[in-house]
Amino acid sequence: MVEHSIYPENQEMVITTSQVNFFYGQTQALFGISLLIPAKQVTALIGPSGCGKSTFLRCLNRMNDTIPHGRVEGEIFINAKDIYAPGTDVVELRKEVGMVFQKSNPFPKSIFDNVAYGPRIHGEKNPKRLAEIVEQSLQQAAIWDEVKDRLHANAMGLSGGQQQRLCIARALAVGPKILLMDEPASALDPKATTRIEDLIGELRTNYTIVIVTHNMQQAARVSDYTAFFYEGQLIECDQTPKIFTNPRQKQTEDYITGRFG
Amino acid sequence: MNKLKNTFYPLTAPKLFITDKLMRLLLMGAASTSVLVVCLIFLFLFKEAGPFAFKPGLGKLLDSQWIPVSFQQERFGVGSLLSGSALVTALAMLVTVPISVLVAIYIAEIARPGEREFLKPFIEILASIPSVVLGFFGLLVVAPLVKATFGLSTGLTALTGALLLSLMAIPTIISLSEDALVSVPYALKNASLALGASQLQTIFRVTLPAALPGIVAAVMLGIGRVIGETMAVLMVTGNAAILTASPLSSVRTMTATIAAEMGEVPFGSIHYQALFWIGIILLVITFALNIVAQRVLKKYGMMK
Repeated sequence: MVEHSIYPENQEMVITTSQVNFFYGQTQALFGISLLIPAKQVTALIGPSGCGKSTFLRCLNRMNDTIPHGRVEGEIFINAKDIYAPGTDVVELRKEVGMVFQKSNPFPKSIFDNVAYGPRIHGEKNPKRLAEIVEQSLQQAAIWDEVKDRLHANAMGLSGGQQQRLCIARALAVGPKILLMDEPASALDPKATTRIEDLIGELRTNYTIVIVTHNMQQAARVSDYTAFFYEGQLIECDQTPKIFTNPRQKQTEDYITGRFG
Repeated sequence: MNKLKNTFYPLTAPKLFITDKLMRLLLMGAASTSVLVVCLIFLFLFKEAGPFAFKPGLGKLLDSQWIPVSFQQERFGVGSLLSGSALVTALAMLVTVPISVLVAIYIAEIARPGEREFLKPFIEILASIPSVVLGFFGLLVVAPLVKATFGLSTGLTALTGALLLSLMAIPTIISLSEDALVSVPYALKNASLALGASQLQTIFRVTLPAALPGIVAAVMLGIGRVIGETMAVLMVTGNAAILTASPLSSVRTMTATIAAEMGEVPFGSIHYQALFWIGIILLVITFALNIVAQRVLKKYGMMK
């Protein structure tokens, strides 16, 4: 059950999920997930491989819609709107809820065009306005200084860490309130990982961030709240220091201390 | 390392090794036949066509008309044939490319798995129809249709030929374009969808541009197929060796010329050699198209 006690009294909640089940065909991957995501905080989802944390993350912007025979049950409210209600505009939802993937996936276009892609598909044509959005997004993603002189170079020429920050900039350019990050640093070297983690620390002042991570130290470093998933169930969610020092559930403790996973 | 290998090598190894070697030679021989055949074809084409270059000289091929049999002056201008081939091919591509690419997009990106399984066999059957059979279809169905539609005196036109050739090129271009589209990484499509792009926006702004090199190569291979096609065009383009840009006029392609005249030409005559020159030109064109297409595919890593 969701326990409000772990959050400060005036904490605003952006995402509320209740009893979310997810099925890949006949296989159930999520079992009754009820979780609150607090506004402008970083919530980390941790757990061993296959525990459903990524599946859950992808339910939040309906990226699971593309999975053949995928099926969601339960309710997910984002800003008090049921995102699985009939007639929900998925385009609007995804503008609101940005996503950064595990493997950086810039388009084989220029750096500028990558960042401008989102605003353009949402109808922004004014070149001046686009240039502003691109600069602002690249600055927020802490990559502006590295690329400002070669905005029209192909994005595939950037390093892995730069590509990932570019992808973050691209996600920010559509003006989301929430940022979903699916193991954003797992394919990067330690230095690039540090940069991404620093970036998350900066972004949390303006964005609600949900980050899936394999790396418990990373969860401990970057997040305010941590949710532990195991075999498709939400075992517990608490303030990050508490999860890592004094978890309530035995399973969480076993995982944290490295007894499995 | 060597010592270890010797120590543990199985005793039966030498025998195995010999059969291995024999097998390897046999297979290599089989594989090199294709290289040999290509070389031989080039060799014999040039051998048969060769004397033409000295007498009457290659300049004759640039003549404005193709009148290979005449009481006054034989003329061997391949220009009108080349233009016939070019016109028919260009028209065919004009019809084929949009249709094929759209069908490929549908099959690769939009169709449900069931629809895909249903559609693909039909496209493969289309690819396997013999061109003579398509030629019949052209004579009986397409030509009267073209005649009636445009109020012509004959339906045997460049357009008729182009329409038939489209039927032949469409399957090739569809399946190669589909491969190119399918090989665009999911990560790119997901990135686009996650930014709030619709499926169509994703297809036209991300998937299609990323697959473009493959599609271009597919189109070039399709052109190669079309330009070399003989039977159907021979039957339906009207066989008039005239220099024209009108789709509704009768034309004659290079392939049709060779097929129609080779049976009656005196062996070794100048006319005979001229026909071989047409063959060489055709071979060079298709060869070049194939090489360019393979290069494009390879460069963008789409070779299977």
